[in-house]
Amino acid sequence: MKYALFLGCTIPARSRNYELSARKVAERLGIRFVDVKEFICCGFPIKTIDQGSSVVLGAYNLSLAQRECLDLCTLCSSCTSALTETAHQLSGDGPARDQVNESLSRLGLQYDGRVRVRHIARILYEDIGEEKIKGCFEKDLNGLKIAVHYGCHYLKPSEIYDQFDSVEDPVSIDGLVALTGAEVVDYPGKKRCCGGPVLPVDEKVALSVTKEKLDDIKGTGADALCLVCPFCSVMYDSNQKSIESEYGASYGLPVLYLTQILGLAMGFDRKALGLNLNVVKTKEFLSKIGL
Amino acid sequence: MGTIDLSKSDPNFRDQLTREPGGEQISACFVCRTCTASCPISAVNEKFNPFRIIRLALYGLRDEVLKNDFIWLCSSCYACQERCPQGVSITDFMTLLKNLAFKEGHAPVGIKTQMELIKAQGRIYAIDEFDNKKRNKAGLPSLPTSCDVVKELLA
Repeated sequence: MKYALFLGCTIPARSRNYELSARKVAERLGIRFVDVKEFICCGFPIKTIDQGSSVVLGAYNLSLAQRECLDLCTLCSSCTSALTETAHQLSGDGPARDQVNESLSRLGLQYDGRVRVRHIARILYEDIGEEKIKGCFEKDLNGLKIAVHYGCHYLKPSEIYDQFDSVEDPVSIDGLVALTGAEVVDYPGKKRCCGGPVLPVDEKVALSVTKEKLDDIKGTGADALCLVCPFCSVMYDSNQKSIESEYGASYGLPVLYLTQILGLAMGFDRKALGLNLNVVKTKEFLSKIGL
Repeated sequence: MGTIDLSKSDPNFRDQLTREPGGEQISACFVCRTCTASCPISAVNEKFNPFRIIRLALYGLRDEVLKNDFIWLCSSCYACQERCPQGVSITDFMTLLKNLAFKEGHAPVGIKTQMELIKAQGRIYAIDEFDNKKRNKAGLPSLPTSCDVVKELLA
């Protein structure tokens, strides 16, 4: 199984812990990643002000994957939705694709609508499967309680994702975490947005959305929050301290990527999974599983 | 929430919106307010109210919609769009409004900055030699520190 790895903007600069752990987990599972150096922004951040330009950026990245005869594996949910939406829009012949190809032709490229975009969690859930993943585990995470945050763009808009999981009652990430032996805890507001997209517009509003989920999770006694998107991580991990001081709250909730949790169960050490780069310290969390 | 002043209504605004992707179904809104009830932003800030924005648009209150800050508070989470019983693509509609507002020169500085960064360097966070050093030390491959193609693409 081979994919072009699409890192996007945030992961290589700000979330090397996600990249490190995703590469380790993929390698262990026999997923081969090809790095395409020319990849640029997926288009998501400018969709809000210029959809046309956003589609051009997406199509450029898709055309590079097509050149390699590969589908795309994404790690960031925002990249996933922007690229999936662009792939969806350009899947058939028509004026939309012709127009984009006019821009791509200036760079000697073209896109013919063939590339599929898959988030790594979806690949693990749909294509790798429980048995193979469990077969790679060396450590039981029994005793840990983990709350899962799906975020928005991993599953929505549902019309571009072939209904691979339910928007209102998602199970894919819960199931992957449960394979490790950890207990997945439910909480109110599980489907709520992290607030991230509002951060460049109104920080106070954005952080108050983030806070609601941290409050909800606090009541469950979860040892950590599991997520699959670097934007969500910026809100729950990087900004957790600011929220604590702004609201006089105390969470101390470690925030781990799904691939870090699976990587722990695979027996990788702390540094190999970039756990030393997580903002909220994971020492106490790791000591619960004897690390 | 305030009163709605219809004296400034632009009757063409509604037609313009219903012809654009995201706006096709807005007339089907029957004011059930499922969107507002599902909205994580409305829950913490009453300035943002998707059902009211749809009403203002349908009444043709162009300036009220496009010149106000509140449309930018939409987090594009799709909670409303997934649940709308009338099939209104509410999130896509908010994106349409934001695109129109930007064309008329209205957008928050933070959002405009992201556009400028992408136009200049192809990414919202540029990679410099220091980043690449850290990446290499962690066993990760280097990435380009500049990007020329984006100028061609968005020309």
